[in-house]
Amino acid sequence: MFFGALDSVWETEYVAESREETLRALIEKVAGKPAPEDADESLFESGLLDSFALPDLVSAIEHAFSIKVPDADLNPRKFDSIARIDAYLSSK
Amino acid sequence: MSAYLRAFGRYVPERVVANAELAARLDRTAEWIENASGIRERRYAAADEDVVSMAVRAGLDCLQRAGVEPGSVGLLIVASGSGTSGFPGPAVSVAHALGLGSTPALDVPVASAGSVFALALAMRLTEAHGKVLVIASEKMSVLIGDDPNTAMLFGDGAGAVLVSTEPGGLRLVDAVLHSDGAYRDDLAFDGSLRMNGLNVILHASRKMPAVIDEVLQRNQMTAAQVGTFLLHQANLNLLTRVAKSVNVDRERVFTNIERYGNTSSASMLIAASEWAETNPVDGPVVFCAFGAGFHWGAVLAV
Repeated sequence: MFFGALDSVWETEYVAESREETLRALIEKVAGKPAPEDADESLFESGLLDSFALPDLVSAIEHAFSIKVPDADLNPRKFDSIARIDAYLSSK
Repeated sequence: MSAYLRAFGRYVPERVVANAELAARLDRTAEWIENASGIRERRYAAADEDVVSMAVRAGLDCLQRAGVEPGSVGLLIVASGSGTSGFPGPAVSVAHALGLGSTPALDVPVASAGSVFALALAMRLTEAHGKVLVIASEKMSVLIGDDPNTAMLFGDGAGAVLVSTEPGGLRLVDAVLHSDGAYRDDLAFDGSLRMNGLNVILHASRKMPAVIDEVLQRNQMTAAQVGTFLLHQANLNLLTRVAKSVNVDRERVFTNIERYGNTSSASMLIAASEWAETNPVDGPVVFCAFGAGFHWGAVLAV
């Protein structure tokens, strides 16, 4: 019931023109709904992502950008909007 | 000197609370609760049952399965996050009810991860104290309020395990424990139950696989070699993600959360007790729990 979706979310290869496009594709895959047009819109307050989608999104971001998010960076606020995720990735 | 898991035990209250009973009060449907947690029903203790009385029942069940008289227990450790906020903690009452006389009785007032901390302590203290009876007991039903995200999860019950140096059963080989008070406010009870679900799930879904890998790597093992994972039954969605992260089939993670809900520290030992009763007790086995504090850890037995 829970397993198949996780495989496809974590392991999909993404080829996109910009980081923001890649993030939109990841969010849509994790949420199963379109990503917001507004890069500043909260992904949690809008109901797009719930508490279990967040770790899936972080894992998908790690895979897509070949990075490791350390425990010290595991703060939901860093992943609350496309703009915030983009800013976080820029800081890496 | 080695430490062995001699037997497990458990006690769950009689009253079954199905999702349908909670749904109306929480303004959710039974299906929503099951999809969000994997839980179909949980047990609530009766008014005259408490952490101590449930702990005693689980402890006696464990000792009976081990064929051990209470008088031969050298140390009692009782884990509970819902035991009491005052002193003394429940351990001395449990010891007294079990007839342990002046046997030392230690409280581990740690919710959720309390059983894995107590098991790790037992592994190291059995050499000095002989047989160590570990019990985790929780009456969570009196702590929950009307917040659907927490009220749907919790149930009551107690689990137990007897650890001793006498060979027999699985051998405890290593334990890794961690705590980080930076997150102490994310899951807490201080008159009301508070949970920052986003942060708790995010950290649990990362720290549980990490500590499992840590204890396995320290012992030159991989998750593929582990027969069974006995985890804190926090939420089925979390257990599924832990299995995925450590790259093992979901079936290797024993679950009974669908019938008991999240019984906090008691859940890992209730699960272990049911697993031992219904499966060949073959190792290697990894125990793992994460919870309020944050506290988290893993124990390896082979």
